[in-house]
Amino acid sequence: MTTTKPSAPAGHNSGLAQGTLDRRAVVRAILQDRKKLLVVTGLGSASYDAMAAGDHPRTFFLWGAMGGAAMVGMGLALAQPDEHVVVITGDGEQLMGLGSLATIGAQKVKNLSVVVLNNNHYGETGMQSSHTGLGVDLVGIAAAAGFSWSARLTDMAGVEALRPRLHRADGPGFACIQIAADEPTRVLPPRDGVYLKTRFRQSLGLAPI
Amino acid sequence: MVVTKTGATETDWHAGIFRALKAADIRQIPYVPDAGHTDLILRANADPVMKAYPLTTEEEGIAAASGAWLGGERAVLLMQSSGVGNCINMLSLIAACRFPFVALVTMRGEWAEFNPWQVPMGRATQGVLELMGVSVRRISDTARAETEIAAALDDAFLGEQPVAVLFSQSLIGRKTWVK
Repeated sequence: MTTTKPSAPAGHNSGLAQGTLDRRAVVRAILQDRKKLLVVTGLGSASYDAMAAGDHPRTFFLWGAMGGAAMVGMGLALAQPDEHVVVITGDGEQLMGLGSLATIGAQKVKNLSVVVLNNNHYGETGMQSSHTGLGVDLVGIAAAAGFSWSARLTDMAGVEALRPRLHRADGPGFACIQIAADEPTRVLPPRDGVYLKTRFRQSLGLAPI
Repeated sequence: MVVTKTGATETDWHAGIFRALKAADIRQIPYVPDAGHTDLILRANADPVMKAYPLTTEEEGIAAASGAWLGGERAVLLMQSSGVGNCINMLSLIAACRFPFVALVTMRGEWAEFNPWQVPMGRATQGVLELMGVSVRRISDTARAETEIAAALDDAFLGEQPVAVLFSQSLIGRKTWVK
């Protein structure tokens, strides 16, 4: 038996090449003029990117719960059907919660979008290649799971066009944004979970218990 | 009335549990199905304000329940004991943010169990939950079901603590393996 190094399936990787977009510029653009947007960020770089774009009570920064960001977004979106919810996370975080894409697709959660910052790598742990770097197509998975729209974005024009879409209720939507595999200086959000929870609820007019 | 595979009627005590969920204004019921939760899932699906939805794995429900609370709704997660092991790391979310949390867990692997593969997780269920900081209670008497669920809901949503209620396998009855 011979073993071969894993590689992207032939003819399958045209859209999966390493991205070039600056992740900080991408997240800044997504959150620009965010209005009442409710945001959940996956642990690691996605949380740092959202913090770099500006701290906000309506951003719930995860520091753990890997694989759970999209489902936090779903529970929130069901509870707040008149608001728009965006989950911003990394490829590794979303890969750990692949089943959640099926759960969201099955329920057709209209006011929820999932945005994956795809750098094809596990940036937090030493830049090991992730499944997306080995040819796994998250856009296809989201589409097959029943998301209303699913797109791969490779340039800033696409990101600019995405922004208004996040404020519409024709979801669930999925965007995979091809970013460069670099590590900008970390901008750390608050990591006190009770504080993050309480200020988020307060921003929705919900009283403390 | 719902008749289980074993022929037992489940109407009364499940009606009591559902009454407790309604009284506490539970709005989201994420679940991984179990035969013992069939009646509750049917009732939740039929309810005009509850959103019951299936998960691919139990830890999704912990994240969803946290999101629900962020948005001002109360959720209760339904699962079987085998799913508790899938939840371990996600329970960090509940602890780190002090989210209220309620799981209703039907037990396997502890009473008239035919399937040895259910036994290891069944034996570990309570310990795993307690190691992750979840308060564990058990219902072994259907007459206590409504009262116990109501108390668990108060402890979670008023007392802000994570609670799991285990339903003894003897309540659900023997599973019929050969028909």
